[in-house]
Amino acid sequence: MAHDEPQVTVLPPDKEKIKKLWTVALILLVITICEFIVAFTLHHGPLKTSIFVVMTIVKAAYIVGEFMHLRYEAKLLMWSILIPMSFVVWMLVAFVYEGMKISLVRW
Amino acid sequence: MAHSTATTAPGESLWDGGVSPMGVSYGKLMMWFFLLSDAFTFSGLLITYGLVRSSHQAYNGAAEAFTFSHDYWPVPERVYEAVPFLHGVTLPLVFVGIMTFVLIMSSVTMVLAVEAGHRMDRAAVEKWMLWTILGGITFLGCQAWEWTHFIVGTDAGTTIKEFVNGDLVTRVIHGANLHENQYGPPDFADFFFFITGFHGFHVFSGVLFNFLIYYNTVTGVYDRRGHYEMVEKVGLYWHFVDLVWVFVFTFFYLV
Repeated sequence: MAHDEPQVTVLPPDKEKIKKLWTVALILLVITICEFIVAFTLHHGPLKTSIFVVMTIVKAAYIVGEFMHLRYEAKLLMWSILIPMSFVVWMLVAFVYEGMKISLVRW
Repeated sequence: MAHSTATTAPGESLWDGGVSPMGVSYGKLMMWFFLLSDAFTFSGLLITYGLVRSSHQAYNGAAEAFTFSHDYWPVPERVYEAVPFLHGVTLPLVFVGIMTFVLIMSSVTMVLAVEAGHRMDRAAVEKWMLWTILGGITFLGCQAWEWTHFIVGTDAGTTIKEFVNGDLVTRVIHGANLHENQYGPPDFADFFFFITGFHGFHVFSGVLFNFLIYYNTVTGVYDRRGHYEMVEKVGLYWHFVDLVWVFVFTFFYLV
């Protein structure tokens, strides 16, 4: 079947793009290491939780924006993914608040 | 956009449906909307976890004095502190850190496979897909160990007092199942099994997809097709699995 193989032009690696991808990977690893440092230095509380939430959102932004390439897609596609997700944030806040009220009734 | 494949079929005008909406191919667009719906599912699980956890009492004592009890939600770093081959050594969150590292690295190798696919470089796609599959299998192996440890429990277990037919009896619980666990309230283990299990199942199906892509690459399917867009689509799914882990890691293991 070798004669059926199509002629394929292989382009050389885009050094700059690959370097950028490794930079993003490095950023993700550094943030994860920072999360570990915070996990063992701060006491549990609202401050610690907020730091973790911010770090998580930064990591998520890098993964979705760079690895999944959403930042470079059409703006309409980007917003049709991000806007529905923003409702989830509200739902999370509402339900965690509800849970805290339940704990007041329980204990 | 150098990154996306051709969106207009030759010879078809805009009004004949020759243009894809939002400048991406049908398959990629559908993958994005599938991932959005999958994100809702995971959000549902994590939000329920948040609701149930915040409705339980938190542990307020000194960190050193922490013991497992059904009266309050456990502190995660005291639950996940075992590492394979190091029995009895207390290494909080080290193993889950290794798992996070493995998954992030496999996401990087996946994006390098996508980059190689854009250049029609079959050998490089094969190489990076193999690394990605290896990362996925390693993660699954780690999770299997973690589940086993979680189910079997610690050597000492947790002693609880409970009323059986009106008598107060003492009983030692080892490990966890869906009814009770030594670490804390029953809900704690239930969410562990459901959330990490649902994520692990995604990793498992991701590894299968990745293998399919690898197989098609090796057999030259994408060279004959003229593009490597399938690598991109499955890549989106694989990055999503990594993305979900970022959230599970934070809300289950760190907070």
